[in-house]
Parts: sequence; structure tokens; C-alpha cells
Amino acid sequence: MRVPIHKQGSYLIASIQAALTDADLLQLQDDLSSKVGRYRSRGAIVDVTALDVMDSFAVRTLRSIAHMLRLRGAETVIVGIQPEVAFAMVQLGLTLEDVATALDLEEGLAYLDTLTKKSGS
Amino acid sequence: MEKEIAVGIKSDTDIVAAREQGRCLAERIGFTPVELTVISTAISEIARNIIEHAKSGEIVLSEYQNGTKHGIQITASDQGPGIPDVNRAMQDDYSTGKGLGLGLPGSKRLMDEFEIQSHVGQGTVVVMRKWKYL
Repeated sequence: MRVPIHKQGSYLIASIQAALTDADLLQLQDDLSSKVGRYRSRGAIVDVTALDVMDSFAVRTLRSIAHMLRLRGAETVIVGIQPEVAFAMVQLGLTLEDVATALDLEEGLAYLDTLTKKSGS
Repeated sequence: MEKEIAVGIKSDTDIVAAREQGRCLAERIGFTPVELTVISTAISEIARNIIEHAKSGEIVLSEYQNGTKHGIQITASDQGPGIPDVNRAMQDDYSTGKGLGLGLPGSKRLMDEFEIQSHVGQGTVVVMRKWKYL
């Protein structure tokens, strides 16, 4: 299932609706990378509230998305990691490393606002 | 009891199917929401291992009872190349595939019991169990 991506001002919001296959995740990566250019976005939010599992592939792909978008001039925030998912990720040994996270969409938007203001835009 | 669900693992969509079937069975057994996520995540990793190393295989999910202990058993088997050094494969950060090298040791940490048998040229069988604590 393709993840819908909405443009909101200078940000992109990808709202994952259901469990994603590996192919869906890679599609999301391609879609975000191209849309950041098309809309000249300064930030992207990936909302994973609907994900009941984040395994090593999902985490690796989200990290890649954040790194790729940074190279394209946009900051990424992952929002909505569920408490059970966070618990399983920690036990499995998965980290998002330097990728920003926020509790929910609202916090994610606030975070991007502080970042893009700092960079003087 | 005696309910067994077999899921063939051939592509990435089967990984999602296996973990969803596992979550359903675990829910029927009565695991907590956190345990459901932990079990689904372990199934996802072990299914991914099959795809990456053996291309195809099977995951069998079943309710499991051993004395007073009650839980879920997950058996992942493949006829892939096998693992030459199982001890090394069970170490964190040891990866031959495209993953993060957490598949086997990570799944072991998520579950209560974890057994692996592998023979080079014949394949690998992983049996893992999670007990329901009352």
C-alpha cells in the first residue's frame, strides 16, 4: 500500500496507514526524496502511529530516508512510535541513531519550525 | 491446542502475513499488547532471515503447553545454504545479509526460548517460544 504524502506549507507529511511491506517502505523513500525536490520542502514528517511493528528493515529504511532528505536539504522527524513498538525496538537493539523523533504530529511540526527558523528561512 | 498455522515465506509480503498471523494467534492465547508487538517483531526478523539467506521457507505458529507453562511456539525452517558458524551468527553486529545484523540475536532477546539448528547445505530450523505470565 502506497503511503499518502501531503504537502503542508514547506513541509511534507507522510501518514502511514497500515502495515508496510519492504517494497512499500522503499517506495516511500523514493516518493519523499522526489517530492522534497518538487515542492522545495524544508522538512518531512513520517507518521508511524499506525505501525504495530518496526523491525530492522523498517528502522534501516527510516534512517536512510532521513539521511537522503538531509542531503536534499530537508530535515526529517519520525512521529508516533507506539510505546509497545518502542519497547520491542529497544529489546531488539534497534536505534534511529541521529534521526529526530517526536511524540506526535503536533510536536513534530513544532520541532521542524524551530529547526527551519534557526537556519534563517 | 494442536492448532498450527503454516505460512509460506517467499517474498516481503509473506513477512507481513506471518507476523499478522502470529499476532492473531498470540492475541487468542491472551498475551498483553506489549507481548504481541514483541512476538510480531521477532517473527518479522526471523522471516526476514529466511528471505535474505534462503530465499524461501516456512513459518509454523502454534499454541504451546509445557507443564504449567503456556504460550506460543514459532518454528522457522528453510532448505537454504545453512549457517557455517551458528555461534558467530548469534552475535550482535554479525551480519552477512542486508539487515543490521540483529536478526537472530535480537529475536532471541525478544523471546523466552530460542533454539537454532543449522546444517551447511541442508538448511536452518529456528524454534522460539514465548510464555504467557499470569
